[in-house]
Amino acid sequence: MSSRPELQAPPDIFYNDAEARKYTSSSRIIEIQAKLSERALELLALPDDDVPRLLLDIGCGSGLSGETLSENGHQWIGLDISQSMLNVALEREVEGDLLVGDMGQGLGLRPGVIDGAISISAVQWLCNADKSSHDPRLRLKAFFGSLYRCLARGARAVLQVYPENLAQRELILSFAMRAGFAGGVVVDFPHSTKSRKEYLVLTCGPPSISTCVPAGKGEDGESCSEDESSGDEENQTVSISDRHRPRKRQKITKKGKGREWILRKKEQRRRRGDDVHPDTKYTARKRKPRF
Amino acid sequence: MRLLTHNMLSSNIKGVANGFPLRIEVEKVVEKQVELSADFLRNLFPKIEWKALVDAARTMGYAELAEEVDSSMLDSNEFLNKFHHALLELHLEEGALVCPETGRRFPVNKGIPNMLLHEDEV
Repeated sequence: MSSRPELQAPPDIFYNDAEARKYTSSSRIIEIQAKLSERALELLALPDDDVPRLLLDIGCGSGLSGETLSENGHQWIGLDISQSMLNVALEREVEGDLLVGDMGQGLGLRPGVIDGAISISAVQWLCNADKSSHDPRLRLKAFFGSLYRCLARGARAVLQVYPENLAQRELILSFAMRAGFAGGVVVDFPHSTKSRKEYLVLTCGPPSISTCVPAGKGEDGESCSEDESSGDEENQTVSISDRHRPRKRQKITKKGKGREWILRKKEQRRRRGDDVHPDTKYTARKRKPRF
Repeated sequence: MRLLTHNMLSSNIKGVANGFPLRIEVEKVVEKQVELSADFLRNLFPKIEWKALVDAARTMGYAELAEEVDSSMLDSNEFLNKFHHALLELHLEEGALVCPETGRRFPVNKGIPNMLLHEDEV
């Protein structure tokens, strides 16, 4: 089985109650999501005048990214396809409005009303055809077309994506350009496999001075290594690393198998006729911490 | 769902030319206190479809908004308070949104409208 959630099930099925629960219980996921959305908000480059804006959060899920927007004083509308994730958002009492919707069906918003859009780890889902009626190309076209329409002139959209391969990135980008967006990809920590993050920074309207793509973090390699040394940040891939089962199993074995298990094994070897030490009170006893 | 969102939403069923404004069917309305930001309201005002907001607020049981407005009224605190209340404090908790052209109902549960389309509507 692949570790990419996109290949396991459609988003409305993959993000069920159990999966959604992780987004309230895991402080690591929460931290990473907050960091990603802070960076997305930074790349959004809203005018620096402290006026709250109306933003759109595509694939808002449990509202973790929306919380960052609220903290910065903005009003937001969140869209997600998974009812379970939105229920978690309700529990967290997020301040924005939530909608159940499929971004591949178009956004259904009036033209020119949104001051900026962010999306954290969502757009790559569009590259999958989960139903026979789905055509990734049509869905990407509908998504970017409607996004372009609903954004105000000069507004930006910052979409953090995990493309599976080069072709997928090209596909997403080409449909964004076809919809009329200007901009490109900003890569943070390009030299690191794990903390590498890609952001599509798109500007609505004709290219101008303000549409130049900002530089990615850690491109010269210095801040990258510094970032990695600070422990947990190496595996920032939110949706993926949490499903690395083997790691979890190792943790369990470290604790030991217990007295019962050892006695059973010894009994087995005795039956086989092997030379086995007798069972005493010292069998399977835990060592003192100085060992 | 606040009326702010209602004012931005339109029906995007295939073939619908004018899906705005969605008609509101009210079952339950709740009010939540939110801090007023005059800058936000002034910034947003040009983007609001005023008639739709007045009608929506009336359906939700709030009839204090004036029919005719212009941007000079944004300096009055009284107007800002009313505008703020209608836009951000009235929540449609249970009910439905109805497409004005096709009559398709989008149910609203626990304050979340379900805007998912059927396959033949895309």
